[in-house]
Amino acid sequence: MSHFAALVVYAFFASIVFGITQRTEPKNMIRFGALCFGGFVVAAIVVSWGMFLLKH
Amino acid sequence: MAVTQTTSVPVRQSAVSPTLVLLAGWLVPGLGHVLVKKPIRAALLFVSIVSMFFLGMMMHGKIYSATNGDVLDLLGFVGQMGSPLLYVIAHATSLGGQALTDTVSDYGSKFAVVAGLLNVMAAVDAQSLANGRKEGL
Repeated sequence: MSHFAALVVYAFFASIVFGITQRTEPKNMIRFGALCFGGFVVAAIVVSWGMFLLKH
Repeated sequence: MAVTQTTSVPVRQSAVSPTLVLLAGWLVPGLGHVLVKKPIRAALLFVSIVSMFFLGMMMHGKIYSATNGDVLDLLGFVGQMGSPLLYVIAHATSLGGQALTDTVSDYGSKFAVVAGLLNVMAAVDAQSLANGRKEGL
């Protein structure tokens, strides 16, 4: 499993649990879960590019 | 002079004891939500937490032990014990690795630890539904 695939799998499952536990209504659960998933992936890409630019 | 009126909203509570719901959700991922009659949420939580834990084991994640005296191992043990059933199954069937061998096994260990911590969140959520602290029952 590549590092990025591991990140996506981690973000997917964690976002499901965050969505269910942090919101009350099903529609809000889906919205918050999607927000968390996007946040995980985007933050990881931004931090990765940041580390790359720091090194080079 | 304005008079403010307060209306009390009845809090719906589960017929099952919140403490029992908490314990059930801690022992088996999603069981707390089954007890408060939220089967879809229970199924999603079960699949997410169990998949995450066993993917961690397939990545040769380490099963931490509380007995070797290392503080970091103790923290990992506490995290993985967030889901005691999965921990016992992994320990009994010798899943996972005994030591971190590469980056992927380190990720696997984190998957298992986070699965345990997510299970604690799920169990507390079920308890909150059972005692009326969270709406939606």
